[in-house]
Amino acid sequence: MSSEAISHGTQAHAMHDDHHDHHHHETFITKYVFSQDHKMIAKQFLVTGIIWAIIGGLFSVIFRLQLGYPESTFPWLEDFLGHWAQGGKLKPEFYYALVTMHGTILVFFVLTAGLSGTFANFLIPLQIGARDMASPLLNMLSYWFFFIASIIMFASLFVQTGPASGGWTIYPPLSALGEASSGSKIGMDLWLVSMAMFIVSSLLGGLNYITTILNMRTKGMSMTRMPLTMWGLFFTAVLGVLSFPVLLSGAILLLFDRNLGTSFYLSDIVVAGKILPNEGGSAILFQHLFWFLGHPEVYIILLPAMSMASEILSVNSRKPIFGYMAMVGSIFAITILAFLVWAHHMFVTGLNPFLGSFFVLLTLLIAVPSAIKVFNWLTTLWRGNIRFTPGMMFAIGFVSLFISGGLTGIFLGNSSLDIHLHDTYFVVAHFHIVMGVASFFGMFAGVYHWFPKMFGRYLNNTLAYIHFWVTIIGAYLIFWPMHYEGFAGMPRRYYDYSNWESFKMFGGLNEFISFVAMIVFAVQLLFVFNFFYSIFKGRKVKSQNPWGSNTLEWTTPINPGHGNWPGEIPEVHRWPYDYSKDGKDFIPQDVPVGEDESKH
Amino acid sequence: MSDGLRLTIVLKHTIYSNNFIIMKAILLIAIVVIIFIVIFQIAKASEYVSILKGEENSRKQNNKINAFLMVVFLILGLLGAWWCNELYYGKTLFPQGSASVEGEKIDLMLYITIGVTGVVFLITQILLFWFSYKYQENDKRKAYFFPHDNRLELLWTTVPAIFLTVLVVFGLKYWFKMTGDAPKDAVVVEVTGHQFAWEFRYPGADKVLGKKNYKLYNQPAGNLLGVDFTDPASLDDIHVGTTMHIPVNRPCKMVINAQDVIHDVGLPHFRMKMDAVPGIPTTQWFTPKYTTEEMRVRTGNPNFVYEISCDQMCGASHFSMRAIIVVDTEEGYQKWLAEQKPQYFALFPDKAPKETVPDSTKTVALSTSK
Repeated sequence: MSSEAISHGTQAHAMHDDHHDHHHHETFITKYVFSQDHKMIAKQFLVTGIIWAIIGGLFSVIFRLQLGYPESTFPWLEDFLGHWAQGGKLKPEFYYALVTMHGTILVFFVLTAGLSGTFANFLIPLQIGARDMASPLLNMLSYWFFFIASIIMFASLFVQTGPASGGWTIYPPLSALGEASSGSKIGMDLWLVSMAMFIVSSLLGGLNYITTILNMRTKGMSMTRMPLTMWGLFFTAVLGVLSFPVLLSGAILLLFDRNLGTSFYLSDIVVAGKILPNEGGSAILFQHLFWFLGHPEVYIILLPAMSMASEILSVNSRKPIFGYMAMVGSIFAITILAFLVWAHHMFVTGLNPFLGSFFVLLTLLIAVPSAIKVFNWLTTLWRGNIRFTPGMMFAIGFVSLFISGGLTGIFLGNSSLDIHLHDTYFVVAHFHIVMGVASFFGMFAGVYHWFPKMFGRYLNNTLAYIHFWVTIIGAYLIFWPMHYEGFAGMPRRYYDYSNWESFKMFGGLNEFISFVAMIVFAVQLLFVFNFFYSIFKGRKVKSQNPWGSNTLEWTTPINPGHGNWPGEIPEVHRWPYDYSKDGKDFIPQDVPVGEDESKH
Repeated sequence: MSDGLRLTIVLKHTIYSNNFIIMKAILLIAIVVIIFIVIFQIAKASEYVSILKGEENSRKQNNKINAFLMVVFLILGLLGAWWCNELYYGKTLFPQGSASVEGEKIDLMLYITIGVTGVVFLITQILLFWFSYKYQENDKRKAYFFPHDNRLELLWTTVPAIFLTVLVVFGLKYWFKMTGDAPKDAVVVEVTGHQFAWEFRYPGADKVLGKKNYKLYNQPAGNLLGVDFTDPASLDDIHVGTTMHIPVNRPCKMVINAQDVIHDVGLPHFRMKMDAVPGIPTTQWFTPKYTTEEMRVRTGNPNFVYEISCDQMCGASHFSMRAIIVVDTEEGYQKWLAEQKPQYFALFPDKAPKETVPDSTKTVALSTSK
């Protein structure tokens, strides 16, 4: 036991001597818990994200039970949920708590921290040729603030009055007044504190990503030689750093209104027969503050997925990504526009129609860079030589879902149509496809593609293909018919539709959707199983560059240590997309440009 | 004694049923676990088979299978989309048409947008999956090095931009019409949302809604809306709950308030929707085309009613915050209106005029409407 530890220690020491990078001796604690190695921090984010995804997904299955089978009771639910499911029927209060937590968990904890946290941490130093992040300490703190946020949010599930239940958008006055909803009691305070911690984590991470990309690129790695993943993650960090503080301020003002008697969001309120003294606040102000983050948040989730899909599509088509500069330009355009469209979530709040018209124009303008990206992906596939690795399958699935969900955005962004479709299932279908499922596909693509680099082993391919086909078919079966419910004006966030003459005819469809959702959830568990099993027992990676990729991460050893490259960091001589150029299958970035090489 | 006996029976029963449930749960979990293990073993076996067959060979075989499945998915997906439309188009609101004049424009915009996006959807999805199939890995072919082409980029920048401009222009034209001022002859109804019901107030014969102050809210006294009865305009205002009446073919302007949290007046049949925000009154207007009776014939549903759904999450009973709009003929509406008592008289019966007076207000109401 002790000799093992010593030999391990000397081994690590020898490795450190190799690249003269001084690190303290790594114990279990410094290696796996308070690690400052960007790769380990990435894995911490990923595993925490997966745990949250299971919880968030499970919540959706439980509330889909209620939506699919509103007449039935499930006595076993009471065994798990106690008084929240008395007699085996979910209480409306808890139904709304589940909906709220599902949204919060998936949007923030999984698709922001789990996605950006994982891949920005893992890929940035490896792909730009740096030994670690600009500040490994802040990087570590970023994870641990996220961890604290996770603990507080998780704790809020168990308070007596229930967790926050005003929707993930937590609009006041509902979220501000404990009298209005039991979820707006202590559960809401915990939600706000947890989100404050989460924002700190996101800012620490974001600042680090930006600094690292701007300052720590290896020799020859000019900005325009970076892989598109780097551009995507860079602008994601910029979006986060500029917009999350606005949510933080909004959340703090809400905390003040809740606990200190201020009136930022409250005015003219009679709640539960009580006349409140608050006057002069504006409930709409919160929506402006919230969506000033909330809309960029959509792109914080989407850009990493988009840019990983770009990279994976190019590698596995054995073709350069088509229109590299146009891709960078569209990411930039999306970043700018993301800040200027927030009020399209507020067309029916009584917004000044003239102001609304600007937001219509700017919102629909986003469709242009999005269209450029889609057509560039399609042209990348055109005349390629496509290898359907699991990563590639999910990248193609991402493009399909991005098209389907993106096009319905054109309906909702047009204010006159939004009047009819706002807050119906059409919106649910739209954002679940484009922001939820599509981003998950980008994330899965990334996990399947970089898993060999993360753990030196492969995921099981057969399980991966089952995972892909069931998930994409299931996602379309769940969300495609929801558009029709939306056309019928069926409102979202309803506990039961059976008393509504206008909506009750969708009972059968709701049951079908719930049934498919359960299958899709079960298949995600198959992925989780594959993931954890393969970390320890997967097929070992034998080649340094298993996908034949040009980017720098594949020039590191199969299991890179702290510091990434045992010797010198490679110098970069070209862009990362020289695939099938001059008859060569691929030319990695660290290969010098030959004299007779053609220009592009 | 008998009580104790009954208790033990109940206890036994609950223990028995609990056991039964737990057994069922264990069985269910066991089945799921077994299915997982089976799938996993197959997956594991396929890995060994691939090693036996040679990894490269089995990779190529997988490639062919998945490329083929891409095309299958495309074809089944398009058929599925068509089938879904067959099943559910009839349940949307399109076949019955918009129940308001303004909503017709929204339906038209929807059709235009479905047309434009539908074409883009078909082109891009077909290309995506067809390319995936056609350009699957093939040893005989090399990928084509094609890094950029400015003409193509220009093409797919300008074409979407032109289509979007058209959509924006039409969209905004209708947007400004719908959010513009209501016509002068509109029937004005004040709609107030609170957890979890809707209240309606009509301005009465003077056509002016009396002032309100939320601090005057007084439930025991029946002043649920906080109406200021020192304002003379409020004396003839009519307050009704749950069911709202409006005449057909006359614009209806809603003045919308909320008392506690944000609600939303959702009118799917009229294609209208507007938030009810505490402290900030909002408005919306529309012109109903069909009476409730006419809609019952049009939809073939004898139970049809125009429903107001709360479309902004407002608390635990959000899903049951329902009200009904009765669209009546002009005569029917006037008759209904004449039967309503002003809220002031309802709250202060001693101030109510003598029996003969309601008749006179009735004639006043009728004459002003003409």
